[in-house]
Amino acid sequence: MSIDSVFVHKMWNDNELSKMVKGGVPFPMLSDAGGKVGKVFGIFDEEAGVETRGRFIIDPEGVVQGYEVLTPPVGRNIQESMRQVQAFQHVRETKGKEATPSGWRPGKPTLKPGPELVGKVWEVWKTHMAFD
Amino acid sequence: MGEEMEVGCARPTGGPVGETSNTLTAQETTPVKEVKSMIQVGKKAPDFVAPAYHQGKFTSVKLSEYLGKWVLLCFYPGDFTFV
Repeated sequence: MSIDSVFVHKMWNDNELSKMVKGGVPFPMLSDAGGKVGKVFGIFDEEAGVETRGRFIIDPEGVVQGYEVLTPPVGRNIQESMRQVQAFQHVRETKGKEATPSGWRPGKPTLKPGPELVGKVWEVWKTHMAFD
Repeated sequence: MGEEMEVGCARPTGGPVGETSNTLTAQETTPVKEVKSMIQVGKKAPDFVAPAYHQGKFTSVKLSEYLGKWVLLCFYPGDFTFV
């Protein structure tokens, strides 16, 4: 979503993005004239008149599970966004019985919070697991 | 997902759902009150409707139509930049 009109979105997709991604952008490109939606989400830069790089993870209930906002010059890490979605999905699947520690990826061990785990995290989780 | 839209000369706009257009008068009467970001993790995302371009068609997207699915909502400064 950006302040550009759907016509500009079409031009960008048809003339540039479709050359980078086969078939073009697979998801809807949203237009937010005047930054009305961006203001409500708190990421609209009034001075510059544009949206900043805000990214929100919204769960199937419509609840915001996480967000990240960057100033325009620095791009996001798509893999990290996907990792967070996978982690939130895992937590949801286990109905909150499992938690995903730092650097968790699908396949890595999770933590099962409870009285037995207090002070014992060091036994089941090593710092190198935070890295790939 | 919304229906395909008729294309005219007017630029289609969207906005937050349930918001009235009398914000100007509200600001005039209560100048100190500032409505900033209402986003908090663990809380509902504000619903909105926005015009969209999707696979060759002009459509409209309403956030609440995606209930039951995971949504990754990305804002960016402008087309022809990066994400």
